[in-house]
Amino acid sequence: MTDPRDRLIFEKSHEGRRAYSVPAQDVPATPMTGSLPADLVREEIEDFPELSENNLVRHFTRLSTWNYGVDTGMYPLGSCTMKYNPKVNEAAARLPGFGELHPLAPECAAQGALQVMYELQGLLGEITGLPSVTLQPAAGAHGELTGMMMIRKRLEDRDGRPRSLVLIPDSAHGTNPSSAHFCGYDVREIRSGPQGNVSTDALSEAMTEDVAALMLTNPNTLGMFEDEIVKAAGIVHAKGGLVYCDGANMNALVGKARPGDFGVDVMHLNLHKTFSTPHGGGGPGSGPVVSTREMYPYLPAPVVVKEGDAFRLDSDRPKSIGRVKAFQGNFGMLVRAYAYIRALGPDGLRATAENAVLNANYVRVKLRRRYDVPYDRVNMHEVVLSDHRQNAHDVTTLDIAKRLIDFGFHPPTIYFPLVVHGAIMVEPTESEGVDELDRFVDAMLAIADEAERDPDLLKRAPTTTRRSRFDEAAAARKPVLRWKKA
Amino acid sequence: MTHRYIPNTGDDIRRMLDAIGVSSVDDLFAPVPADVRLRRDLKIPAAMSEPDLMKHLQDLACENADCGRAAVFLGGGIYRHFAPSFIDQLLLRSEFYTAYTPYQPEIAQGTLQAIFEFQTMVCQLTRMDLANASMYDGSTAMTEAALMATRLTRRDRVVVARNVHPQYRQVLATYTQNLGVTIVEVGFTGEGGVDLQALARLADGAAAIVFQYPNYFGVVEDPRPIVEVAHRAGALAVATVTEPLALALLQPPGAFGVDIVAAELQSFGIPPSYGGPYCGVIAATEKCMRQMPGRLVGMAKDTEGRDGFVLTLSTREQHIRREKATSNICTNSGLMALCAAMFMASYGKRGLPALARLNFDKAHHAAGTIAAAASASGVRPRFGAPFFNEFVLGGFGDAFQVQKGLLEDGFMAGVPLGRDYPELADAMLLCVTEMNPAGQIDGLASAIAKRAALAST
Repeated sequence: MTDPRDRLIFEKSHEGRRAYSVPAQDVPATPMTGSLPADLVREEIEDFPELSENNLVRHFTRLSTWNYGVDTGMYPLGSCTMKYNPKVNEAAARLPGFGELHPLAPECAAQGALQVMYELQGLLGEITGLPSVTLQPAAGAHGELTGMMMIRKRLEDRDGRPRSLVLIPDSAHGTNPSSAHFCGYDVREIRSGPQGNVSTDALSEAMTEDVAALMLTNPNTLGMFEDEIVKAAGIVHAKGGLVYCDGANMNALVGKARPGDFGVDVMHLNLHKTFSTPHGGGGPGSGPVVSTREMYPYLPAPVVVKEGDAFRLDSDRPKSIGRVKAFQGNFGMLVRAYAYIRALGPDGLRATAENAVLNANYVRVKLRRRYDVPYDRVNMHEVVLSDHRQNAHDVTTLDIAKRLIDFGFHPPTIYFPLVVHGAIMVEPTESEGVDELDRFVDAMLAIADEAERDPDLLKRAPTTTRRSRFDEAAAARKPVLRWKKA
Repeated sequence: MTHRYIPNTGDDIRRMLDAIGVSSVDDLFAPVPADVRLRRDLKIPAAMSEPDLMKHLQDLACENADCGRAAVFLGGGIYRHFAPSFIDQLLLRSEFYTAYTPYQPEIAQGTLQAIFEFQTMVCQLTRMDLANASMYDGSTAMTEAALMATRLTRRDRVVVARNVHPQYRQVLATYTQNLGVTIVEVGFTGEGGVDLQALARLADGAAAIVFQYPNYFGVVEDPRPIVEVAHRAGALAVATVTEPLALALLQPPGAFGVDIVAAELQSFGIPPSYGGPYCGVIAATEKCMRQMPGRLVGMAKDTEGRDGFVLTLSTREQHIRREKATSNICTNSGLMALCAAMFMASYGKRGLPALARLNFDKAHHAAGTIAAAASASGVRPRFGAPFFNEFVLGGFGDAFQVQKGLLEDGFMAGVPLGRDYPELADAMLLCVTEMNPAGQIDGLASAIAKRAALAST
């Protein structure tokens, strides 16, 4: 029997209950007849919920308790940089001067907001060594699309033809090939070399004058710095191509190395990864694009410029790719990222990258006795393990991940990157101290023991949650995507 | 010195370096070639304490004329509505806002159920069969809806009405410029509605007819003739909605046979926040399901046979299909969707229509009051057509100058239309919601009368 508190909001609805109050009617009512065509007037919103305010608060509070967030515990989701989300950032974004500011407010009434954007453009430009910045993209993949459009526009402008191919390593995020495709490019995959890095031989072979760009992630999704990046960028540039960097893993490099200094032309940043804005259970994000000086004319319009003491939105950009989102980008996320960078300063940002890298290496050396580490050398901010040894006991990565939940941890990213069979990608971030890492390591070691001793225990996991594993295949075969009145 | 966001101390770090078997943190950066390592401090300001930081941010925020101080009559895609206080307090439950995309359903049932409820309420409001888990915003939702139509019809021409939000049309143009998709714009009549005769000429061979309901000028036009033209031409009818509150008062797109709805749900409790984050969403008929971009939450059974929720139909998505995916979208607007869901549920079946009706009354009262006060100076409604909570006033001469003058009088009022519609350079778009008390409306009417008189002399 289902606990009535678990029901859907529609099933808790109770005719006549209300959670709303509207301001007093201080103007005369306008008769609908004559103002709206009668056949356009709606009778009712069928089956919409009716609950009291406290009913709703209980409902959503209860839902929240079924979730796991960064504030609940360690969330070592590789490539996602689940770091602490500072609370002052939330307060900052909610200041009425920011939160209540209408996006079509005249510029003279939005100088503070424009200043935040202008200064953030400068901070991100300095951090990456790539000074031409747009804050408009709403998330990482949106930034990829924007950056690739800029590259296309640049090539058209320079050579009169955009070229047709984009090279992408096999370890890349799925968004990379998809973004390149939505920019009108065909994708050619480059195989990783034996060390997990891009092979400059394979790159040389693939690089032709029909290749618009190399799209790579650095550090890559194996947590390895592409140590031949300068050479790789040289190969691409020599044939007139450009280098796009997926900035998802920038947390490893902040204050330690700048993509603009190792040959990158264009990259996006995920403010919801490196710069601490919350993920919100799947967004909103923010994906600014940073690029070299030569890319400035192609940035989406508008960009924030400073003239004298005043800030304004410059829309007069004839070579721009155009607008990628209505209004000024996810400004609330920009305020949070700005607050984060100002809270840390140069020393704090460097310490962030150093601790992120230190923590990931510590996890690697502590786990290598019991878990296969396909590329067992100094890694950056994340380490990729595999389930190779546990396979002998018929235990897979999925079982290990689900069992971690019973130990109170969010699982790492699993089965990605695709180049590692049964990948377990651990990114502790700088937000964990050594004591918490030790707790995680102990849990992983205990699970390795259990895998040998009692594999069934892992197959049944998780057992401490309100639901056990789901039959996702059945769900996809007969999708039920909404509630309907019985 | 340690920072308040980073727990490891110097002692911790030494112990960890010993365990790893290296002598310094810099040894861990050895894979980064020496000549590209940054040997200096970043040239950014020094770290700030929380009190100093908050003071700095408050100073910046105070440079802006926030809606608490100025009387705001701006709409144009972003609307001011009252969100009950409980919504933001629940959004600050960190189990919601510090979680990632719900890849591990066993510990993300809260997010998943809330999104399932969101999808359902969007379907109920629009009267469509299914809705996705959100898009970045309305402009990208509309653009992806148009692309969806090109895949569903295997055609590559999209007709979009010129009375669709100008910035939305700009985004559509940006996205499609490299995809071999042609965008054709269809104009509007003297009444502000889509020019149906021109539409009939342009519809042939189109993948989609994209229109806005109510349109950018606030005009409520009958969608039926547009849908009819679309379907006769074998095109899909795509309705964009930027003011979803209107759907509590108006027949929903689903009542007219619209195939895809692309909406911006900012009206539902999401602060204006100078450009975002907002909450786009796409709702559609059943036959569009496999081409839907973005995430979908569906019901599932666990191993004990209990009901729950998972992300589903993910073979449409980039992490599985890579370059063959229906969209490159990954992160969407999850938390904003939760916000919109809580808003829809809080106003609910009776409250949302009541709120919509109040907006309707206030806007009509304002239009009448302003016309009465300022008609002597030539100010009058530009279009005679029905409207919801936004309307266009013409006869201002230079609307930008009038807007500036109104700002001096304490009114942030009206979006001048000349930049996007040269033929409407004397006009501005005004929005009135439940947030504008009667006194403010009267004040605006007098101020407009004064400014219009000044402008016409």
